[in-house]
This record gives sequence, C-alpha cells and structure tokens, in this order.
Amino acid sequence: MAELVYDKTGRLLFTKEMKKEYTILLPMMAKIHFTIIKNVFLHYGYKAELLETEGPEIAQVGLKYVHNDTCYPAILAIGQFIHALQSGKYDVEHTALMITQTGGGCRASNYIHLLRKALVKAGFEKVPVISLNMSGLEKNSGFKITIPMLRRIAAGGLYGDLIMNLDNQVKPYEINKGDSAALIEKWTNKLTDILASGHGFTRKELAENLDSIAKDYSEIKIKRTPKVKVGIVGEIYVKYSSLGNNDLEKFLYDQDCEVNLPGILGFAMFKVDNRLEDYKLYGGSKAKYIVVKKLMDYLTDLETLVINSQVKYGFRPITRYEHTKSLVKGIVGYGSKMGEGWLLTGEMLELVECGFENIVCTQPFGCLPNHINGKGMIRKIKQHDDRANIVAIDYDPGAPRVNQENRIKLMLAVAKENLNKSESTNEAGKNTKPTPIKVKPIKKTEATV
Amino acid sequence: MQERVNTCMIRIGLDIGSTTVKCVALDENNNILYKTYERHFSQITSKISELLQKVRRELPQADSALVAMSGSAGMGIADACGIDFIQEVYATRVAANTFIPNTDVVIELGGEDAKILFLSGGMEVRMNGSCAGGTGAFIDQMATLLNVPIEELDGLAAQHEKIYTIASRCGVFAKTDIQPLLNQGAKKTDIAASIFMAVVNQTIAGLAQGREIKGNIVYLGGPLTFIPQLRLGFDKVLKTTGICPENSLYYVSMGAALCAEKSVDLDKVIEKISTYKGSGNFAFNKPLFRNKQELDEFRQRHSRATVKKGELKDYKNEVYIGIDAGSTTVKGVAAAKDGTLLYSEYLPNSGNPVPIVKDFLTHIYRINPDIKIAGSAVTGYGEEIIKNAFSVDIGVVETIAHLTAAKSFMPDVEFIIDIGGQDIKCFKIRNGVIDNIFLNEACSSGCGSFLQTFANALGYTSEQFAELGLLAKQPVDLGSRCTVFMNSSVKQAQKDGATIEDISSGLCLSVVKNALYKVIRVASPSELGKKIVVQGGTFLNDAVLRAFEQEMGTDVIRPEISGLMGAYGAALYAKQMCKGNKSTILDMKQLESFRHEIRSVNCGGCSNNCRLTVNTFSDGRKFIAGNRCERPVTKKSPDDSLNIYQYKLKLLKDYKAEKGKRGRIGIPLGLNMFEMLPFWHTFLTKLGFEVVVSPFSNRKLYLHGQHTIPSDTVCFPAKLMHGHVQWLLDNGLKNIFYPCMSYNFDEHLGDNHYNCPVVAYYPEVIFANVKEIENIKFFHEFAGVHRPKDFPKKMCAELQKYYSDITLKEVKEASKAAYKEYDEYLAKIRAFGDEIIEKAEKQGKNIIVLAGRPYHADPEINHGIDKLITSFDVAIVSEDVVSRYESKVNTGVLNQWTYHSRMYAAAEYVSRHNNMNLVQLVSFGCGVDAITTDEVRAILERNGRIYTQIKIDEITNLGAVKIRLRSLLATMESKNR
Repeated sequence: MAELVYDKTGRLLFTKEMKKEYTILLPMMAKIHFTIIKNVFLHYGYKAELLETEGPEIAQVGLKYVHNDTCYPAILAIGQFIHALQSGKYDVEHTALMITQTGGGCRASNYIHLLRKALVKAGFEKVPVISLNMSGLEKNSGFKITIPMLRRIAAGGLYGDLIMNLDNQVKPYEINKGDSAALIEKWTNKLTDILASGHGFTRKELAENLDSIAKDYSEIKIKRTPKVKVGIVGEIYVKYSSLGNNDLEKFLYDQDCEVNLPGILGFAMFKVDNRLEDYKLYGGSKAKYIVVKKLMDYLTDLETLVINSQVKYGFRPITRYEHTKSLVKGIVGYGSKMGEGWLLTGEMLELVECGFENIVCTQPFGCLPNHINGKGMIRKIKQHDDRANIVAIDYDPGAPRVNQENRIKLMLAVAKENLNKSESTNEAGKNTKPTPIKVKPIKKTEATV
Repeated sequence: MQERVNTCMIRIGLDIGSTTVKCVALDENNNILYKTYERHFSQITSKISELLQKVRRELPQADSALVAMSGSAGMGIADACGIDFIQEVYATRVAANTFIPNTDVVIELGGEDAKILFLSGGMEVRMNGSCAGGTGAFIDQMATLLNVPIEELDGLAAQHEKIYTIASRCGVFAKTDIQPLLNQGAKKTDIAASIFMAVVNQTIAGLAQGREIKGNIVYLGGPLTFIPQLRLGFDKVLKTTGICPENSLYYVSMGAALCAEKSVDLDKVIEKISTYKGSGNFAFNKPLFRNKQELDEFRQRHSRATVKKGELKDYKNEVYIGIDAGSTTVKGVAAAKDGTLLYSEYLPNSGNPVPIVKDFLTHIYRINPDIKIAGSAVTGYGEEIIKNAFSVDIGVVETIAHLTAAKSFMPDVEFIIDIGGQDIKCFKIRNGVIDNIFLNEACSSGCGSFLQTFANALGYTSEQFAELGLLAKQPVDLGSRCTVFMNSSVKQAQKDGATIEDISSGLCLSVVKNALYKVIRVASPSELGKKIVVQGGTFLNDAVLRAFEQEMGTDVIRPEISGLMGAYGAALYAKQMCKGNKSTILDMKQLESFRHEIRSVNCGGCSNNCRLTVNTFSDGRKFIAGNRCERPVTKKSPDDSLNIYQYKLKLLKDYKAEKGKRGRIGIPLGLNMFEMLPFWHTFLTKLGFEVVVSPFSNRKLYLHGQHTIPSDTVCFPAKLMHGHVQWLLDNGLKNIFYPCMSYNFDEHLGDNHYNCPVVAYYPEVIFANVKEIENIKFFHEFAGVHRPKDFPKKMCAELQKYYSDITLKEVKEASKAAYKEYDEYLAKIRAFGDEIIEKAEKQGKNIIVLAGRPYHADPEINHGIDKLITSFDVAIVSEDVVSRYESKVNTGVLNQWTYHSRMYAAAEYVSRHNNMNLVQLVSFGCGVDAITTDEVRAILERNGRIYTQIKIDEITNLGAVKIRLRSLLATMESKNR
C-alpha cells in the first residue's frame, strides 16, 4: 500500500508506488479525442480510465461541492470526478485524478485547486490529483510528462481532430445511416491498439494512418443536398463536451444541419503561439523564443499532414492556424490570450469565410474571456462580413435546454431563409475543388523533438 | 415545399407563450377570420385543444387547414403533434414584413422574453439572454409587490412626478430597490413609472448592443399593448413615437400562420394534442413523505416547539412591544417580562408599514387601555421609519433580534436559518455570539415571495399550494436558480408530464437548495452544527420544512411562532435593554392624533443629488430617507479624515489637463485606469499631450453609454467604461488612450501578476462596439508595464503606429517619469492609510479594511458604502494599504492576479489585528471573485475571524448593506465585551 506523501505546501503527491497501485481517472471532454489519447497513458504504464458518465446528477454533485458562481465546466468536471468517487465503483484508496492546467490568466487555471477544495469537502482528501500541464507546474514523482509522451498525446489529438472533422463532413449526407458512426468505432478501436502499444506517432505512421482514415471516409456513399451549415465555437469545454452543451452537435444534426467544429490542434497551437506573441509584445528571453518556435513548427507540420490527407481524398481541409490568425488582424489584438483569446474570434471569421456563416458561440454563463472575444466581437465580425449569423448561447446548470434550443432555432430559421435565397439565385455555383498543398517534411524539427 | 397547396385553404397560427395562448386564422388574402388570446395557467395542452375546437366551431370550412405553431412553450408539443414549429421571433419578422412593410425596428415584450428585431439595414434579431427578467413576468411581480392590478399600475405611472433608479437587470434586483423605497414612504405613482423605466432601460441596454434604434418603430406583445405608459417610456428614451398596431398581440401567431405550409386534419390534431402526455421524463427527487402516517408524525414532532401564552386584556404587569417591519409583512408582538406571549399580529405589508403599525398599536391600546409598556424595539427593513414615526425606544438589527428569539427556544443554538419573504438570513453562533452571517445576495433570493408568485400564477393561494406538495410522488428537480430560470424549468417539467403536486414540492425543495448551496454553501449538515433553529414565514410551509430536514438529514426545531420570531426577539431585546419602566413609544392619545405626510425632494448637498423622501409626523418630527450620507440630516459635511476611499478620489482629481504640443487625448477613468491614471497621465503629459480625463461615474454617464454594451452579464464596472468613452467622444476628443494590459505590476504577492480578462482586454470590446471610435484615433495596443526595461522600446513602437513623430528618447523620459509618479502615488495612499490606522487606534475606533479592486473607489460603483461605514464611526482603509506588510500568502488556489493577491495579503494582515475587520466588495458577475471570495473567507476563518462580503451592482439602495455592517459591528462589540 502506497504511503501518502505531501510536499511543503501540503499538496498530496502522486508517488511511484501509486503509479503501480492506483487507477487514474480522466474527465471527459471531446469524446473521440479523449478516448484515443487515454491509450497513451496506458502505454506508459498508468492505469488510466476515462469517465464516460453523463446525466443531471453530475451537475448536481458539482453544485454541491463547487462555488456556484464558478464556471460551468469546473462544476461539471469536478462533479463528474466526485460523482465517480461516490459511486462505489472505484476503490477510493487506490484512485487518483488527473486534470489539465493551462496557467493562463483565466479562471480555468484554478480548476485543479477547486477540485482539491471540493475533494476535502466531500471527504476524499486522500485522493491525489495530478496536474497535466506544459508549464512545469506541480511536479509528482510518479507522473512525468516526457517529450515522447507529448508527441503521442499530440498524435492522439490529431487523429481525433481528423475523425471528428470527417464525421461532420460525411454524416449529414451518408446514404446508409450509421456508416460514419461505424468508422468512428472502427478507428477508435484501431488507434487504441496502435497507441497502447506505443506506435502511431512518428511522422511516417501519422501520415499513413491519417491517409487511411480519410480514405475510409471517402468510401462512404453520400448524397449531397443543400443543408444549413453551422459552425460551433466557444469556450473549449462547452464547445466539445456533450455534457456541457446539452449535446449540441446532435441537436444540430437532428435539425438537418452540417456542423463544423474547429479542432483541438488549433487551440494547442494558439497556446504555444501565445508565448511567442508575449515575447514580441513585451520582450523576454530569446533562447526560450527559439525553443518555442521549434515546437510551433512541429505542430504546423502536423497540421499539414491532416490537410494533405483531407485534400487527397477530396474533403474540405481544416483551416490553417496561420490563416485563422491573419483573419483577426485589425479586429482584435494578438495579446488577447486568456482562455480561448483571439482564437475564438478567429474561428468565427474562419467559419464565415468557408461557408459556415451560421455560428453557435457557446460559453459558460459569465465566462470572462468570452465577454471580450465572443459576445464582444460579434458586432465587429458582422461589420466585417454581413453574412455572419451568430447566436451566443450561455450554458450553466440552471439554463433550461428549451431556451437554448429556441435561440438556436431562431438562428437556424434565418439560416434556412438565406439558404433558400442562395439556392434560387445561385443554382449553378459549384464548389471548386481545393488543390493539395505541397509540403516539405520538416526534418529538423522531427530530429529535435 | 408542399406538393399541393390549396390556395383557398385557411391558415392557422398558434402562439404558445409563457403565460398565454394566441390563435389566429387567416384567409387566402391574409385577412383575419378568427383570433383569440387567453391565459393558459400552465394548462397548455388542454388550452390548445380548447382553442382549436373553438376554431372548428367558428369556421366549419376548416376541417383541414395549413397549421403552424410558434412560441417558447410550443416546441415539444408541435413536434409530437406533427405540426411545423416556427421560431417566434422569426414569425414576428414575417408578420411585420407582411403587415407593416416599412417597419425599421420591432420591439416586442412577452411574458418572459424581450426581443428587438432590426428589419431594415442589415436584418438582425435579438432576444434577451438567459439572465434578463425585465419583461411581462417582471411587471407582474412588481404589481404584486405594490399590491395593485396591472391596469392600475399604468394609471399610477401616468401621474408620476419623478423617477427613481431601479436596477433593471432582473426582478429580484429590482425588488431590493423597490422595497426600501416603499418602506421609506416613496409614492406608488413614482415607483410605478420607475418600474416601467427600468424595463425600458433593460431592453435597450440588453438588446441594442451597439446598434441604434431608429426609424419606424413598432411595439408588439402583451405588456406594450396593455400598458400605454410603457410605450411612452420607450418613446421618451428613443426620442421617437412608435406605433402599436392593431392586433399587436397576435403578430407571432399571424407570422406562424403565414409560414404554415403543411396541411393537416384539424380533428386529428385536436385529438393528438388532447392525448399529448409529454415524455414523462423529468428529473425528480424522493417524496417528502412516503405516506400520511409519516406526515402526521412529522406534524406531531413539530407541534412541541411552543411558547407560553397569556392574555393581554387586563394584564397588569410590564409589557414589552416588539415590531418587525419586514419586507413583505409586518409583525408585532406584546410580551410579558418572562417572555409570555400576550398578543401578536402578522400582517401583509402592502407597501407602507406606517399605517399597519399604527393599527397594531391601536389594537393593543383598545384591548388593554391601562397597559404598562416598559420598553419597545423595532427591527427589519422599516426599522428607521417606524422608530421615528412612533418613538420606539430601540432599533435593533434583524440578526440580533432573531438570535435573541431563537435562544429562548434553544439556549445553546448553534445555527439559525430564517427564510422570509425576501431574504434568507443565516447565522452561525459560537459561544453565544454571532460568529458568521450569511445573507442572500440580491440575485438568488428564491424565498417566500417566490413561492407565492408561483402559487398565484398557477391559480392557488400560498397555503393551498404548499399543502398540495406534501404528498407528491415525484417532486420535480428544479435545481437552485433564480426565478426567471425557474419559470422556464417549471414549464418544461409540466410539458414532460409533472403534476402540480410534483411541482409544488419541487419548488419547496429548490428554495431549500438555494438557501443551502447558494447562500450558505454547505456540503454537509455537520458544518451547521447539531442545534438548528429554523424560522421565518417561509418555514411555516411544512413542505419547505420537511425538504430542509431531508436535505440536511437532521431534525430541526421550528418554533410555533416561526413567522413572529423577529418581532418576538425585538420584544425580548427591549426587555434586556430598556432599564426604566416607561417606554417612549407613542401613547394612546398621541396615537389618535398621529398623522404622516410624505414629500420628496432632491438633496443638492453634493454632486450625488440624492432623491430624498421626507416624512413628516403629526408633532412636526421629520424623518429623511434615501440619503447616502448624513449631510441632509445633520447639515454637516461628512468627515473624511478616516476614509481612504475619499482620499483616493481626491488624489485622482488632481490629475488635470496641461496644454501640450500634441493636442488633446482622452483617458476613460474606469477599471484599472483608477490606479493606472497617475502612470498614464504623467506618461502622456510628458509626451506633450493635453490629457483629458473623464469624470467619476454617475448614473447619467452610465446611461449614455449603455447602448453599446455587447454582453449584458459582464460586471458593472466594465459596463461603465462605455459611458466614460462616450463622455470623451461627446466632449470632442479625437484621440483616446486606453491600452490593453494582460499583466499588471508584479508586487511579489502571488504566483503571477495578471489582470483579470475583463480588465485586461476591455479596450478591445470598446474598439469593437463603439461605432464612433472608428472616426478617431483610439490607442488600444498592448502595454507591458510589468517589464520596465523593455517597456519604452516596445511602447514607442506601438505609439508610432498612431503618432509617427514620437521618438524613443521622448518615450524613455516619459516612462521614467511615469514609473516614478506611479510609485509616489501609491506611497501617498499608503502613508495616508497608515495615518488613518494610527489615528483610529489612538481614538479607540474600529477599523474596517474595505477590500476590493482600485476601481471600487468610484462612487457610482460602491454607491457610497465607504461613507456609510464611516457614519458608523469606524475608520476605513483599503486592501492595498495593509497588503504591503505581508509576503506572498500560501493560498489553496492559484494566486495569480495582482489585485486579488492584495486581498489575500490583506486578509492575512487583518487576521493578526484584532481592531480590524475585513469587508470584501464583490462586483456582481465577477467570475474571478467566485474564487477569491472563498479563499479570503478561508483565510479569515482559519484565524477565527469574521468574513463579510458585500455584492454590488447597479443597486443603489444600501438597506441590505446596512444590515450586514450593523450585524458585523454588533458582533464585534459583543466579542469585545
């Protein structure tokens, strides 16, 4: 039985012994991504388990242990953990929790602390919490993030982004309902095996697997019909988590829409890029800048891989981060980095540009960065491009689903009207096929990482 | 498209709103054949089928018709019955385009929704967000509060003389504004008009979002149709005359009819609707009682907490009078020396407590003309006016009154929870004194009046409604949110098949959950102690009481006189405090000649221009209410020598414009500018700009900017920024300087030194939403003052984007001076703060560390709380005065915001100084404070100190704040004793 060890500040550590004995619970956010990424932890010998619980009890448990004015994602993520610990399904003396920590100026950096407070309140103060972060916060002897591990996590995220994106492109048009869903299952299983055995993360393997995924999707029989195209942006948790957004993706699908959710890779690149922007805006260490720039190049290369596979099989490629970034120029500054920062504005502009001018901007009630870059920018975006048809939706434990859906339906009614108009005036307008982008493999980056 | 559309077919549109159902039938030329408008009392499905049957009878040719349904409550039903659903705003738009083609803007208010549609120049539709109650339901609530029917409200408003400021965000907020106005004797006519003005402001502030409302304006929906004064309010603010067309109630249903494409067999639809059962899936809790026997046992147990009773008639010994002038009721008792209850009254407060108390006293004198009243005390919202009107001996703060009463039932009580009509008050008792107080914040007052409003809306009295819930099988789980949300949740549950019984008990549960998890924030009963006394009118409801016991998992005591505890406690308190044997309270004779007149005037004593209510009583005594300081009462200007907030304002006023070669540049004085002004003012002045600073905020300045606010849930200080920028624009400034700042100065008190996201990036919001900004130079680049070495070079490059002739040399010099000025400014504040502490210690005065953010010094933001505190003869310093004596505090959260690090440090400092107490100012909607409040509380409580929090928003009334502060002071005193 592992001993409980605390650091100087009184934080309960996750020790090497615990690594052997403990099950680590991970909270759910983007289902496809997280299901794949979980396997990276398995490969490194952690007994990781992803929480797939749902239902209204989770929010209720969260409300009981977290300050009710805190962001909804914190209430849900923490509620999900405590709900699991209370369920009797886990041996609480051999269970640890893992949560991400971004270290930015938003409240989200505090989730881990709120989680610990909640654990004490709920009588689980002996359950260790591991911080998953890239800022060197909170070290644990039993859990180390290494560069090879990060590469594998990045690979998992990349697969998730592609599968989610292709599913969204294909599902609304598939002739045999369920084809796309079957591919999700096939590939999550396959990637589970690949990643759990430590493979699937080198540039070569990535390119191959991404290609195979795109190929599989290209073989699904589809029938194109005009559909309302809706983009989803927002605070990252409520954007992706069906628990957080009342299954928004499905709701839109049921309303006969094609959905587009910009991927997680863009968010990761944004967080890395912030360090470069900070250097440019305020000064700092040049050496650090160079290292971070390398990382940025690495991620850009991964982005290229996804785009290549998509283009090769005739899909609409994801928008390049650099392009999204160029769109916000003159609208909001690159220094606006807390939470989703300017990227949120950028994604709305990107969506409008690529034909998804109908947008649901999701945010937890009272989300601070969203006041700025979500609701705060809608007017400017419309001024920039009057096709934009944006509805901002607040999510919180008390916001009734019917009110949210009613507001979304208003947006959809306007969208349908626009669709009918463009259908009648622009019958001949056909999509031009995008040409594949030529890419040089960035060997150097590969070598340094 | 439908394959075969019969052109002669009748089109039927249904609009299922939150409180009413509207139905319209149109012929092929869009003429109305039939229309009807009825309240549905939440019996939605039966009402719909009833209406459709009527249509069937009236229009025999409509055996099949094109039918569509709209309205927030119709969504699920439409799907289930195979009728097309048309979103209601969209329907309105279609109808407006068809029937009033040259409309520019439609303003539509419904039961729960507010909408603005811009039809010309870029079509846009706006609906209120999830937190906005300034709608029909809100007006209903306000009418209930004033105890007048809606129609009369309109008539009253027509006769108004002046407008009071009422918070327009949500009904609950507004109530806390209106109630004290009523208690202070403000006129109903003025209040009625003020309510409408609040709705107007709410609609415009919440929905215009930077877009101007002009052109041909059309008013639609119930409230705007039935209340001409409300329309006038809009006309006045929008400086136009809108029209309210014929059939203004039916636009949604007409739009639905116009959109109807699907032909249906009406008889089949009627059948489907009448058999519609809902999904039957709603979240529910376990029943309150499993059976009648459990209920009887429960009632038996609670019947034991009684009080000894006697007869007032012919009672010869000393009697003590206690009065509780509460928010919705007035309670009065007469008690004997040993606590025997001789007489009591429990009366609704229909706006003005004075005549009710007069009646109460008259009754007492009538029952026992030879009564020997030895002492009297009054508590509650109306304490001051009643004390003055009837010469009551003592005023006692509510918390103390309740504690006194609770002790008589349970001498070793550990926790008291009181849920009244408007407030939830809880206090923890340690060693016989109040150790901690929890009051509901203005936003979450789901209390007694909340249940009453629901009961009435569903067509029951409160008592009937409560009784219904006791034996409910599946109490609906409604969560613990505010009334506006609750309305929608209740309707959803009804659609899903919940019975009225389930809803009644569900609402009682949600009141309890609200109190426990939002106000007190407990996780388990052990935190509250074992000895709990519950009281207040709301606990007279057995379902609420049971829900409380169930949720806490423990039995509690509910005194038989639960609703009278405040008054009973006041009587007992009077007995303790009145040493003589003759009370000063008006005797029978004086009471007979008692008269009360109310007059309202503007103070004019200072720039605040408070609206005062002057009450004059029969013998010429006066009582003034509505004042923020003692000036109109004492005719002296307040003493600010022990008030650091006033000192800060004085320092900031000294930054005046100096002529410069580069011309005028404006700085909006809000958010972090409150502390950065010395820095930027010096910086820009050195660069040769003439720096014009916007004035301290006031109501007018706020209203001038409110139409450009994009997010209605952002904090009030941020909203004020729009007013400041507007002020600068109105004063002809062609340059405005408002840089973004992710980082603040590093004071080495935390792990990082961020600004909160709103402070950091608000310039971006201004840039994106204030249209006129596009015509001027608006500097909103990122400034890194936290890196003094890099600052000049980086800043110079940013400045050159706007002013190409600025040189690095100039910027370097200006920076040097700016950093120096900033340091000196802080040093001055700190020196003055030290002086206050020293003086206070010498004079033996208590010190309150009023901890907030620098911009909380703005008088419009703090509403004069600083002056209120000094009026209690207490000295005030701010958090930054004492924080510098501490090093980084080891917090349980990530300590990463400069302003908030100061608060943690201040809490640590206060913990070690017994003559100091900390009061934290929290802006409503401040997300960061959800984290900091818990942490500051933890630091103080760890050290055995009391934590007091004051939430501030647009609210201007200080009643609730007073209770908190007086309770704190009373507790401090009893601790000192």
